[in-house]
Parts: sequence; structure tokens; C-alpha cells
Amino acid sequence: MPSMNMVQALNSAMDVLLERDPNVLIFGEDVGYFGGVFRVTDGLQKKYGRQRVFDTPIAEGGIVALAVGMGAYGLRPVAEIQFADYIYPAYDQLVSEAARIRYRSGAEWWCPITVRAPCGGGIFGGQTHSQSPEALFTHVCGLTTIMPSNPYDAKGLLISATEDDDPVVFFEPKRLYNGPFDGHPDRPATPWAKHPMSEVPEGHYRIPIGKASIVRPGAAVTVLTYGTMVHVSLAAAAETGIDAEIIDLRTLVPVDIEAIAASVNKTGRCVIVHEATRTSGYGAELSAMVQEECFFKLEAPIERVTGWDTPYPHAFEWQYFPGPARVGEALRRVTSDGGA
Amino acid sequence: MPDHPALQLHIPEPKHRPGEAADFSHIRLPKAGSVERPLITTSAYDIRELAFQLIRVLDDEGSPKGAWDPGLDAETLKRGLRAMLLTRAYDERMVRMQRQGKTSFYMKCTGEEAVAVAQAFAFERNDMFFPTYRQQGLLIARDWPILDMMCQVYSNSGDRLKGRQMPVMYSSREAGFFSISGNLGTQISQAVGWAMASAYKGDTRIASGWIGDGATAEPDFHYALTLASVYHAPVVLNVVNNQWAISCYQGIAGGDESTFASRGIGYGIPALRVDGNDFLAVFAVTRWAAERARSNLGPTLIELFTYRAAAHSTSDDPSRYRPADEYEKWPLGDPVDRLKRHLVAAGAWSNDEHQAMLAEVDAQVRDAGKQAEELGTLNHGPRPDVRTMFEDVLKEVPWNLARQRKELGL
Ligand SMILES: Cc1ncc(C[n+]2csc(CCOP(=O)(O)OP(=O)(O)O)c2C)c(N)n1
Ligand SMILES: [Mg+2]
Repeated sequence: MPSMNMVQALNSAMDVLLERDPNVLIFGEDVGYFGGVFRVTDGLQKKYGRQRVFDTPIAEGGIVALAVGMGAYGLRPVAEIQFADYIYPAYDQLVSEAARIRYRSGAEWWCPITVRAPCGGGIFGGQTHSQSPEALFTHVCGLTTIMPSNPYDAKGLLISATEDDDPVVFFEPKRLYNGPFDGHPDRPATPWAKHPMSEVPEGHYRIPIGKASIVRPGAAVTVLTYGTMVHVSLAAAAETGIDAEIIDLRTLVPVDIEAIAASVNKTGRCVIVHEATRTSGYGAELSAMVQEECFFKLEAPIERVTGWDTPYPHAFEWQYFPGPARVGEALRRVTSDGGA
Repeated sequence: MPDHPALQLHIPEPKHRPGEAADFSHIRLPKAGSVERPLITTSAYDIRELAFQLIRVLDDEGSPKGAWDPGLDAETLKRGLRAMLLTRAYDERMVRMQRQGKTSFYMKCTGEEAVAVAQAFAFERNDMFFPTYRQQGLLIARDWPILDMMCQVYSNSGDRLKGRQMPVMYSSREAGFFSISGNLGTQISQAVGWAMASAYKGDTRIASGWIGDGATAEPDFHYALTLASVYHAPVVLNVVNNQWAISCYQGIAGGDESTFASRGIGYGIPALRVDGNDFLAVFAVTRWAAERARSNLGPTLIELFTYRAAAHSTSDDPSRYRPADEYEKWPLGDPVDRLKRHLVAAGAWSNDEHQAMLAEVDAQVRDAGKQAEELGTLNHGPRPDVRTMFEDVLKEVPWNLARQRKELGL
């Protein structure tokens, strides 16, 4: 099986989708001739032509509106928002239109669109190239929100997202594009090639939407996380020696409540890790769910390790970023007997 | 310090307010038939002047003038007249029903009937519409049953939208009428996406989108013009300039500085401005634009100049912000009267026939109204099954909604 980094895996997913379904179109800013600022659509225009893979004006709201209209016609567009930080002009089209059309039309129309957006920090992007706005979408009924953490999942999930008949917001942690990132910026970067999840089949396969993955089984504490923080949490478990069960949620909504409940009911402890700011972040929802599902099994308070409630600061990226040290401290607190 | 004048802030204000007499003498009205009719292949640049004109066909006596006369036969015009009368009668009844508490809200299109009806006539039956809440005439002109529309307004057991939408936010896939959004402007850019999809598939169907004068200030209008221009989308984009956006006159949306049609010029989109109360002119201009789209010549922007004769909605009272006699003084009159006068002048219609048609559409509305009320009104009688509240959020009901439905005891 070929080894792919996340960029190649996503590219391969779109290649497969374009090949199989003439109703799949791909567009966004710089995605056509150039192949995207992160090279995710590299070569696709050349292979499938300008009619199917094309550049758009810099108009995020317009890009999503095109997708909505095309979806109403019966196409299956995959639109790229160049950075998640620029998805806000498209928020109305996503929240008031894409997410509601099936419901408001009594299922006369639906919206089989996928909106991809690179998210997250760790690349010195400052406050305008680093955000993780997933909670703004998980709050919206009618939207599916996905964030993969490795090449294999990224490809399988993007195929599922595109083939799904409802709108999907698909966040790609850009710090993971070229290699897994354990949260130690001072250490040499590791490429995906050494990681088992970089083995990606060339053809079509799906990762089911709404299914989490246990990336590290353990007994002492459950870590609920996604995206870049999956790798940071793995590093934290290794560095503390704490036998954490690390769950990569992969899909945030609809979330895999069964996997969450089964794990926390087993370990009795839970740490939630995300890169996004804390207040009203997706961790708050996870924490509430764990409380509802597992209260009587909990042996310690649920902890959240997140980005601070500030814009992503350029110079203090690594003080902002919830790295393995902070995750490790939370694991220690939650698993130490007197910690509660 | 250099001797600069003190800066002055300009806040637009309509010429007249309640208590004052309305006056439209500042409006330039070209004579019927005086505006040229270019070939559909003419470039946007060469016809940019049309964005500042007003295409009119019917003169004050009701006779058609000039190259824009579409030469429609009397039977078609009578069908158009009937659709306008039916729209008006439907509006009248639904406002009454709202006043009687049978629904929460209603919006009329009184005085603007020619916009939707003549435009629907100018498209093919399977062309796709992305309307606003004030184009109920599109559905009626496509012979969509008003019973179905009433059920939507009542959110009753016959409402195909299952009581999910506020009154008048219709949807009809069968009639090529896209689900109406309450969020102004969003549909106009979606129309471009639909049109591009149709072009991509090598289809022959074109799309059309509508937007109000007020909503042209939304970014979606700019998206629509940019995208339609860039991709030569087979779409007809319509600005219904009824001169009011709730209480704000069109100057607040920038209408004092230039025409809404002229917005198209900067995008290289042919832009026409038409007397929106002239059935023949609206038909002709729309057909011209539709032919352009159908011939792979790309988008057209149409400004339909009309007047919102009624309140914005049943929640509005226009006497608080505009002169009481404004509609009386409005020079482009009533689209129904004007088409009627034309048919009478042409010897194809009489007052008696008109009275008979009025009685007939009234009866049609009354009958449909009774049937609709048997299926329930907002607060009485049968309603949609409340279980359906949890359906259609996604294709399959997800676990959280299944649980919430149980929590509600269903
Ligand atoms: C995005 C958005 N902003 C505000 C409103 C509230 N609103 C509803 S109708 C309206 C006026 C619209 O005027 P116009 O576009 O001229 O259309 P008309 O009602 O005259 O047909 C406003 C402000 C809305 N529905 N959506
Ligand atoms: Mg208006």
C-alpha cells in the first residue's frame, strides 16, 4: 500500500471521487491551476479539466452559495475555504442555508455539499491562519462536522463526507498535513511515512461518519480529543507513563456517544483536549455529555485542556498551544488519588 | 492649518414623510416605446445606457409601443391577467385570515403582480426560480394550486413543509420554485450555482433569482453578480425595486446615487431597467434575458421598477413612515388596470368579462380557502404530526434527535 501524507491522502480522495462520479466538482480560491495553497488539489485540474476543478473569486460566501445552488441541482460539490479563519463570510450560507434546506423544504431539496477548510495552529500563522472554529459548526443542527487526524482517516472520511447527502464541514488540521505533530516544536519533524496510518489504499474506501477511533487503549483515564491534539495526547501519555485511553473522535457531530460512554464508564476519568479556545468550545459539550452519560462512574472531575481564550498570538504560539506538558499535567491531576 | 471646509455627513432621507403630499415629479419616465431594443448578442458595454432608462411598452391609453412590444396574443394576456387577479385575491384573503387569527403572518405583493406573473410567463416551465417572499405570483402563474400555498400559510395538516416555515416561505420542487429563505439575499447567489450546474451538465434549463432593492446591499448580491459574470452563468438576476425595504426608502440601499440596474455595468453584465407595472414590458425584457442565458450568452441583470402598494407585511404600518397618498401619486399605476386597459383597447376584453373574471377568481380563492381550513389553521384543527419536528434535519435521524424525540414523549 502506498504511503501518503495527509495532503496526498486528501488529494487521492478527491481523485477517486472525481473519477467515480461526474457530479463531483471541486472549487475554491487557488485550487484550480495552482492546486491549492497547501497543494491538496494539485494536479486535479490537469487530470479532470477546468470544468470540474476550478478557481473561484475570493468570495467565501459566494463559494458556499454556489455549492448550495449546485447541490440543489443535483451535483456533489466539494468547496475549499483556503483557511478556516476565512469561513466566516460563508457562515450565513452554511448555517441558514446549507444546514436548513432539507428541513425547511420538507426534504424537497437537500444539500449534498462538503466544505473543506484547513484549521489549527502550530505554523506561526498568527490569529488569522490558526483558528479552530469547529464549535461554531457543531452548534448548528443539520451540519456534520469532521476533523481527521491522519492520512488514512482523512481520505476515508472525505470520501464519506462527499458521498453523504447532507452538508459536511471538513476541517483539516494543517499542522498535520506533512507529518504527525506531537506538540514539541523544538524536536525534528517526523514525516507521515513512519506512521502506520500513512498507509493509504489508492482506491475507494470509506471511514464511517460518526464513529470514533480508539488510538490508544488504556485503563487509567479517557482522553477525548481530535485533530492535532490526538498526537499531542499520545505524547502526553507516553511522557507521563499514564495508561490513558485516547479516543480520536474524528466526527464531532454526530459524535460517537457510545464509544465515549463505554470508555469513560470503564476508566471513570476523563480529560478533554482541543486546540480551540475554551469558553463554549466543543469540550464544553463533551463535558456535558460525559456528565450525563457517566456521572455515577466518574471518580474525578472532568478536565479540559484547550487553547486559551485569546486570539492565537503569533509570538506566543507555544504558550498558547495546549502542548503535551499541559495535557500531561491534566492527566496527572485527574488520575492522582487526591487529585479530585 | 489649511483652510478645509468642515466635513458634512450625509444621511439619505426620502423626499416626503407622513403628513406631507407625495410627489414623484423627480422621476424620469421615458415615453412608452422610446427605448431601443438591442440584439441579445450586443455587449454589455454597448448597451450600458439601458441601465439608466426605463423600458416601457404600454402607453397611457394602453396601446403597445415600440420594439419591445412582445406581440403576445390576447389569450396569453388574459391568462396573465387572470394570474395577477388570482394573486391579488389570494393575498386579500390571506391578510383577512391573518387578521382573524388563523395564521401568524402574511406578506402581499399588491401592485407588484406583473413582476412575478409576467416573468414566469417569459421563462420555460422547467426553468428554475430562486425567489424572495414577494414572488408568490411565480407559483400562481405556473398554476400551482393555491390550496397548497394556503396550507403552508396555515402550517396545517396539508402543509408539505410540515409546519416548519413561517407563512409565505413556500417551496415547490415540482414548480421549480426553490425553498424560500428568511435570510435576505442568500438565494440570488445560489441561483448562480444552480445555473452553473445546469451549464456543466449540458442541460438546457436556465435559472433566475430575485432580490429586493433593500437586499441588494447584502454581500450575496455582489457574489451573484461577480460569479455570474466570471462564469457566464445562464441566469437572469432580478432586482425588484419596489422603492421600500420595510420603512427604509430605496435611497438607504444606495438607490439615490445610481439605478440598481447600473450595478450590473461594473461587472460587465447587460443590465436593463423596466417598468415593473407594465406586463408587456416585463415579459419582453425577461424573455430577452432568458434568450441570452439560453444561448450561452450569460447573465442579465434586470431592475423592475415598481411600488410596494401594501404594507411590508401584516406586522407593518406604512402610514408611520411614508405619505398616505404615495401610491395614488405613483405614476406607473397598477399593473392589473394597465393590462386590462390594454386588452379593452385592443378589443379583446370588456368590463363585464373583467367583472366575471374577478368573481371567478374570488370563488376559486374562497373554495380553496374552505378546503384549506378543513385541513386546519395555525391554532385550530388538524396540524402536521409533531413527530415530524425531528425529521429531515439530516437524511437519517441521528441519535441525539432520537433521544430528544423520546424526551418529548414521542
Ligand atoms: C439578512 C436579513 N436581514 C434583515 C432581515 C429583515 N427584513 C426582512 S424583509 C426586510 C426588507 C427587505 O426589503 P427589500 O429587499 O426591498 O424587499 P421587499 O420587502 O421590498 O420586497 C428586512 C430588513 C432579513 N429577513 N434578513
Ligand atoms: Mg423593496
